[in-house]
Parts: sequence; structure tokens; C-alpha cells
Amino acid sequence: MTVAPDAAVAEVTVTLTINGRAVSVPEGTSIHKACESAGIETPTLCWAENLTPVNVCRVCVVEVEGSRALVPSCARAAEDEMVVQTDSPRVRHSRKMVLEFLGSSVDLSQATELAAWMRHYGADPDRYDQPDLPAERISEEPKIQDDLYIRDYDKCVLCYKCVEACGDDAQHTYAIAVSGRGFDARISTEFDTVLPDSACVYCGNCIGVCPTGAIQFKTEFDMRAAEVWRPDEQEVTTTVCSFCGVGCNLELHTQDDRIVKVTSPADHSVTHGHLCIKGRFGWQYVQPPTRK
Amino acid sequence: MADLFIGDDIADDVEIAAVATVIGSPTAIVHETERLVYGGTHRRHDHRHLLLPALHALQSAKGWISPGGLNHVCELLQVPPAEAYGVATFYDMFRLDESDHPSEVAHVTHVCVDAACQIAANEELIAELEANGEQVHRSPCLGQCERAPALFRQGIGRPDSVPADAVEVAEAARRIPQQGDPSLRLLRNVGVVDPTSLDAYRANGGYRALAEAIEMGPAAVCAEVADSGLSGRGGAAFPTGVKWRAVAAEQGRPKHVVANCDESEPGTFKDRIVMEQDPFAVVESLTLAGFATGAENGWIYIRGEYPLATARLENAVGQAREAGLLGADAAGSGHRFDIEIRRGAGAYICGEETALFASLEGFRGEPRSKPPFPTTHGLFREPTAVNNPETLINTLDIVLHGAQDYRSRGTERSPGTKLLCVSGRVSEPGLYEVPFGTTLGQVLDLAGPLTGSGALAAVLMGGAAGSFVGPDALDMPLTLEDTRERGTTLGSGVVMAFTDEIDMTDVLVRIAEFFRNESCGQCVPCRVGTVRQHETMVQIQAKGSLSPQRRSLVGDIAEVMVDASICGLGHTAASAVNSAMDLGLLSATNGDSPR
Ligand SMILES: Cc1cc2nc3c(=O)[nH]c(=O)nc-3n(C[C@H](O)[C@H](O)[C@H](O)COP(=O)(O)O)c2cc1C
Ligand code: SF4
Ligand code: SF4
Ligand code: SF4
Ligand code: FES
Ligand code: FES
Repeated sequence: MTVAPDAAVAEVTVTLTINGRAVSVPEGTSIHKACESAGIETPTLCWAENLTPVNVCRVCVVEVEGSRALVPSCARAAEDEMVVQTDSPRVRHSRKMVLEFLGSSVDLSQATELAAWMRHYGADPDRYDQPDLPAERISEEPKIQDDLYIRDYDKCVLCYKCVEACGDDAQHTYAIAVSGRGFDARISTEFDTVLPDSACVYCGNCIGVCPTGAIQFKTEFDMRAAEVWRPDEQEVTTTVCSFCGVGCNLELHTQDDRIVKVTSPADHSVTHGHLCIKGRFGWQYVQPPTRK
Repeated sequence: MADLFIGDDIADDVEIAAVATVIGSPTAIVHETERLVYGGTHRRHDHRHLLLPALHALQSAKGWISPGGLNHVCELLQVPPAEAYGVATFYDMFRLDESDHPSEVAHVTHVCVDAACQIAANEELIAELEANGEQVHRSPCLGQCERAPALFRQGIGRPDSVPADAVEVAEAARRIPQQGDPSLRLLRNVGVVDPTSLDAYRANGGYRALAEAIEMGPAAVCAEVADSGLSGRGGAAFPTGVKWRAVAAEQGRPKHVVANCDESEPGTFKDRIVMEQDPFAVVESLTLAGFATGAENGWIYIRGEYPLATARLENAVGQAREAGLLGADAAGSGHRFDIEIRRGAGAYICGEETALFASLEGFRGEPRSKPPFPTTHGLFREPTAVNNPETLINTLDIVLHGAQDYRSRGTERSPGTKLLCVSGRVSEPGLYEVPFGTTLGQVLDLAGPLTGSGALAAVLMGGAAGSFVGPDALDMPLTLEDTRERGTTLGSGVVMAFTDEIDMTDVLVRIAEFFRNESCGQCVPCRVGTVRQHETMVQIQAKGSLSPQRRSLVGDIAEVMVDASICGLGHTAASAVNSAMDLGLLSATNGDSPR
């Protein structure tokens, strides 16, 4: 199976074998994308279309013949004659363990995509708890420091996406970074300064990329707390931001005719999913607060 | 380009003066209202490698890194404060909270809690120090396992020090067991040649190898090193000739050679003794590596807890520079080469070569994915050869006497001699040099009769990242091939003996804790796997047994760490634990491995 190369450039094609089938893709394509082109789905967590791969979560690993350790498919380029297994016992084991490890240490209740993969691989995060020796968890209180968004690192899987979105990949603000080491590593401002006193410009790009709900709109957080958050009933309206002339695409999520959050499509040529404070939060000024 | 937002806290005079010693004139940056005119990514990257030295300066001046001090450094180096905080909190030697460091103490005493010290009554020492009002920091292996329990003093407003280095106590303690033995190759100068004098070093044959190398030319040097069969002594045993040739082949970009002196593998102290007692050999061999690979930049990355070795190397680099052995025409080679020394700050992971680059560049010491490899994308993403100092000093003999002579010692597949760090329950712990192929039993005999109960229970080979072998392994020849065949490793040359009165469960709990504490935290298999593994060991310790449920988990945890971690730390984190279970060293597991 072949993915049509970009018409403008005559690209070199590489052919690899995935689960016994020959797959041809343009040179430079990741194994993950090659799998996708062959109709094979791969779980990902730290990878995103609009961010530089950091390959830290390891949920996307595959077996590559000749490589001792498993290989992160999101970051490794496909090569000619590569022989890849995406569903071998080793691959299934590692993917399952990564999901279990995360489930055993953080709150994944709002990481909807992961839940399906956890079922797929039979991940059982509870098996790490002993009756009198519960598995250690990341336990953090939500940080509610303004009316725009909250950070609840109890849900953080340390995928680095928010750091990338705040830094080199989009916003160039560098308000947040990873601090500490090992299991104590956390996303943080300097000295854990509250957001309003930090470099944060409230572009909300970190919210847009967070896969677990660890960073979320205050509206969503409050509505979830009040048990009135109903994503199934929400409508999404696409519009163009009217604050300036750049032409950012906005997706207004409304529930009961009220805007509850704003996103932008990751594949949009102007925004790549990223916005500024006006597009992301400007709606808060066009409607009265939702607080009850 | 980003304009950095820097908070309101400002540095005091002590902090400003301390930082000025590493960053130079603060007037280099032009202010325009509160914005930085020359802000932006490029500038950040230009100076960012000074971040770690600047953090050291703040820490040692005040005993902690204050928000104002951090802001000051961030402004000078154009580093976002959140990132600088992330870097500072990565390292054990830095305090970010004033309350950790009451101002009335002059130093914090680090006491080692790893295996060799754990079985040498370190807890009693800690209790005693605390009773005397000392502020104690429980430290991973301090690289002084031959003189367990080990201490290091981190000074506040004064230099760091190691009590055992004090002149009064030092002479006898500094002797290596084989001192003066004419068969020594790598340790020939140790204790014999004044380590502070270039003249003394040269009078004893120093810098002859570099002269010979210049005579031969870079290609011939690489060929000789390749023919010698020399492999890396930092743990991974990669062929040195292959590495050097790969870097030599890279053209058109600045290149680097790095001496990896981070030595933090528990049980390892060989590099420290070489650096302290024969620092010119490290400087000469790094210069030789630069010449052979065509690199102009030499770096020594040394762990922060080695003040004497750091001072000796600084002195050696200074004298070499003054004598023209470093500089624009290093040693008359027609080749520019100079060396910069950088101190680590307490992070085992920074010995992993790509983490070392990140640390040196001023980022968190998080390993990078390979490929690309350091030979093409190393320090500052430029071609780099990283070597352990023991590897480096081997090349002096190889160049002087040729590959064939080098191969006359050791075995076909493991040529040459090996430094072994012998510690634990032996009468004469210390650094030994033996030809590859010497058996484990012979090495333990060299170090004198066993102490403790006198009955050997196990030997830890290769450090915490290595594995335990039982008394039946005494006939094992210490070569790369034989250790591999017996399922163990020479690693960084650790041979730590345990006798049967020692509670190995305590030792294993600590090894598991070591990995948990030292994981950089980047990847899930290691960040969480090391914690779950530690919990398993704690369960064994608390209950004397493992629940069947947990037992089935042990192998599962190990497998994902080995298979899916990014770097060698995760890959080896289960190795010692697994071997101990296989050997039945943990009473609870009785030898039948859960795997
Ligand atoms: C967690 C970890 C720690 C390491 N620490 C050191 C170290 O302290 N010193 C060292 O020389 N190599 C260390 N290494 C190995 C280096 O990555 C690298 O292989 C070595 O410095 C290369 O030099 P060599 O070829 O001369 O051995 C470490 C590797 C890992 C995975
Ligand atoms: S809102 Fe924007 S500036 Fe603030 S932390 Fe998130 S990404 Fe960074
Ligand atoms: S807060 Fe969200 S985006 Fe940021 S690292 Fe955690 S999970 Fe990833
Ligand atoms: S294996 Fe451990 S130390 Fe290495 S990158 Fe992953 S988390 Fe960091
Ligand atoms: S998605 Fe590939 S490593 Fe995270
Ligand atoms: S110094 Fe204590 S184990 Fe090495």
C-alpha cells in the first residue's frame, strides 16, 4: 500500500514490512504514520500532529528487527527494509504496562482515548495496590489561580505537551517547564509561582494539547464539579476569530446555548491548533459568567 | 522572538558577585524599559551552557538558590525562569528552599547510603553527626567506597571538601594497595609521581605519547587504537577506535571530545583516584583524543562531589595551557585544542552520555533518543566522542608501545588491563589493576581475606546497574566475554563483596531506591517502574515475603523497563534485583525466580 507523495516534490520512497506486509511511504515518514497508512492504529500519548516528538511516554513502541529495545514509532523514521511488529507479545506487554503504570499513579478518568486502549490491552492498574501497601500515586491538589483555567497535576502524565506548546513549538512564552526528577517531576512555573505572577499570557495553548484534562477551562472544571458537564450534548460551531486580522479558526463548544470552551483544529494552516488569549478566552467577556 | 518575563525578586550583592565570577560583565545586556533588547532563542543558546556553573555559584555563595538569584542569572543568560528552575531542581546538590539551609551552618554533610557504606555502619555515623548538630544529607554513592562510610561536605560560602582528603589523614589512606608495583600500567604514576606538577609528570614519561601521536598523525592514531581492541570502560564497552574514527570522519562542523568523569555508579571510585593522583594523564589523553578525532574542544564533566579531583584537574589544565600543551597550537601539533572543566551537581543520570550533553548545555539532564548518535549529534548537536577517563588513559600506552604490545596483556577479546574497584567485606578494599582474564577469586585474594563472617554470600559485579553473582563464580575470568556468558557484567569495574551475615534485603531495598531516586523521570517505564520495583522490595522487607500477586508483577515490571525505557538507566534498573532473586539472596524468594 502506498501513500501518495506530495505532488510538488519528487520524494524518495522507502518500503518496510509491518506485520508481514510491505508498506511504502515517503522517506522521513515516522513508523507511526506508516502504520496508520497501512490501517494499523497505534496508541499515542506524548505525540501530537502539531508538536515536535519528545518520545517519552513509550505507549507507541513497536518491535523493529535488529533493535534490542523496542522503538518509539512516533519518533523513529521508517527505513527501507525495516521489519516492524506492532502486535507481538513484547509490544503488547510494554503498551499494557505503560498504561497500567500511568493508571496506577495518576487520575486518568478524563483521558478518554486512553481508556479504550487500556481495555484493548487488558491493563489493570489496580494490581499494584497491596492491602496495606497502596501503590504510591502522584497526589496533587488542583491549582485554581484565576478564572480562566485550572491545573490539576493529579491527572498529569508528564507528556511534555503543554511545555512544548508554551515554549518552542507555539507560544514562545516558556511560562512552564518540568521541574524535579523521577516520580517527583512536575510541570511547574519557577518556584511554583502562581500563574498570574508568572510569564503566562493565557493563550490557553497548554489546555488545547493536554490529553488528560490536567489543564482545563475553569468553566469545564466548575461544571464537572457541579456534575453538569455533558460533552455529548455539546455543539461545536466553527468560526473565524474576530479580534484581529490573522484569521484564526475557532471551534466554539456550546452546551445549553452557552460557550463552555474554545479550541482550534490542530490541522488548521494558520493556528495549528494554537490561539491567543483573545480567541481562547475572549468569549468570557461576551457572555455573563456561568457560575451559579 | 520571545521577550523573557522575569519576576520582581532581585539578587543581593553576594549573589551578584558570585554569578559575576562565572558569567562576566553584566553590562553586556542592554536594557530598554523592562524588556531585553537582545532577547531571543539564539542568544539563549549562545550562553545557556553557563547556567550550571552559575547555579553552582549561587548555591555555594548562599547555601541555596533564591528567586532573586535565579532571576539574575536568567536575565544575564536569557533563560526563561521556569526552565532554569526546572534545571536547578533536577540536581541533588541544589536547594531551592531557604528553610532547607539555615544560614548558621557552614556546610551540609553528605553521608553515603549506598551498599558499601550501608554495610559499614553508615547509620551510626549519621546518628553521631546529627547528635553533633550537623546538617546531614543522605547521599547516593560518593565514589569513596574503599573508605566507607563516606562523607562529603558541601560548603556554604566556603569550598566543598572531603574529610578524608585532609592532609593529616590523607597519606596512608591515599595509598593504593598495589602502589609502586612495576607491572602496573594505568596506575603506574599513582602515589609515585607528584600529581600537582607538570614537570614531575614529564620527567616520568608524561606527554611522550602525545608527541608520538603528533608524529604518527590522526589516522594512524585511530588505527592503532582500533587495532588494540580497546573498548570503553564507562560500562557499555563500545570499541574506542570505531568511535574515534566516526568523529574523525565528520567534517565541516565544530567537534568535541568529552571526558566523562561523572562517575556515579554505586561501587565505582576508579576515575576519582586516577583524576586525583594522575590528572595530567587525563589531560594528555584527552588532548590526544582531540588530535586523533580532529576536535578542537575538550570538555571534562566531573561529578560535583569530587572537589580534590576537580582542583587537581584544574591545576593540570592550567599548567598544560601555560606550557603550550593546550591552546592555539597545542603541543606544537598545529592543531587548536583546549579543555574546559564543568562540574555536575548530583545526578547519576548525567553520566549517561546524552544526558551529559543536555546537562552541559544548561538543560535538564534528560537523555536523548539515539539515533542520532553522539558521533554525529553530540554536544550542541555537533560530532562528539565521549570517553571514560580510564578508556582515555589506556590510549597513552597504546600509542607509545603499539597495539601489539597492548594485546600482550589480557585476552584475545578483552585485551589490556582493567581497573577494579574492590569494596565491601574485604581486608584491603581499594583500586586494583589486573590483566583481563584474572579470575574473580584471584581479585578477592588480592584484596586480602574476607572480613565479616568470612563466608562469601555474593559479589556485586559492575555496580547497581550490574548484577550479583554467588560464590560459585569465583572461577570466572574477568573478561567481557566470560562475564557476559555467565549473565553478569564488568560494567564500570565494581567488585563488591558481601558475606553471609549481611541482610541482603536491606541492600536490595536501597538499590531499588537508588534507581527510583535517580530516574530522570522522562519516560513512563522507568519513572513509574522504578517506584513499583522499590515498593516490591519494601514489601519483602516489611513482611519477609511477597504476595503471589506482587510476585507475578516483578517480572512484568522488569520486562517493560528493559524493553521500553529510553536509556541505560531504565534498561538496567531491574538487573541487580533480578539476579538477587535468582540467587536466593532475599530470604523471601528462596531462589525460585518469579520470572
Ligand atoms: C545511567 C548511566 C550512567 C552512566 N554513567 C557513566 C559515568 O559516570 N561515567 C562513564 O564514563 N560512563 C557512564 N555511562 C556510560 C556513558 O553513557 C558512555 O557510554 C561512556 O561514557 C562512553 O565512554 P567509554 O566508551 O569510554 O566507556 C553511563 C551510562 C548510563 C546509562
Ligand atoms: S496559557 Fe499559554 S502562556 Fe500560559 S502556560 Fe499555557 S501555554 Fe503557556
Ligand atoms: S499537564 Fe497535561 S499536557 Fe502538560 S504534561 Fe501533564 S498531561 Fe501533558
Ligand atoms: S530510562 Fe529512566 S533515566 Fe532513562 S530517560 Fe527514561 S526515565 Fe530517564
Ligand atoms: S507517543 Fe510515542 S513515545 Fe509517546
Ligand atoms: S561511597 Fe558509599 S557506596 Fe560508594
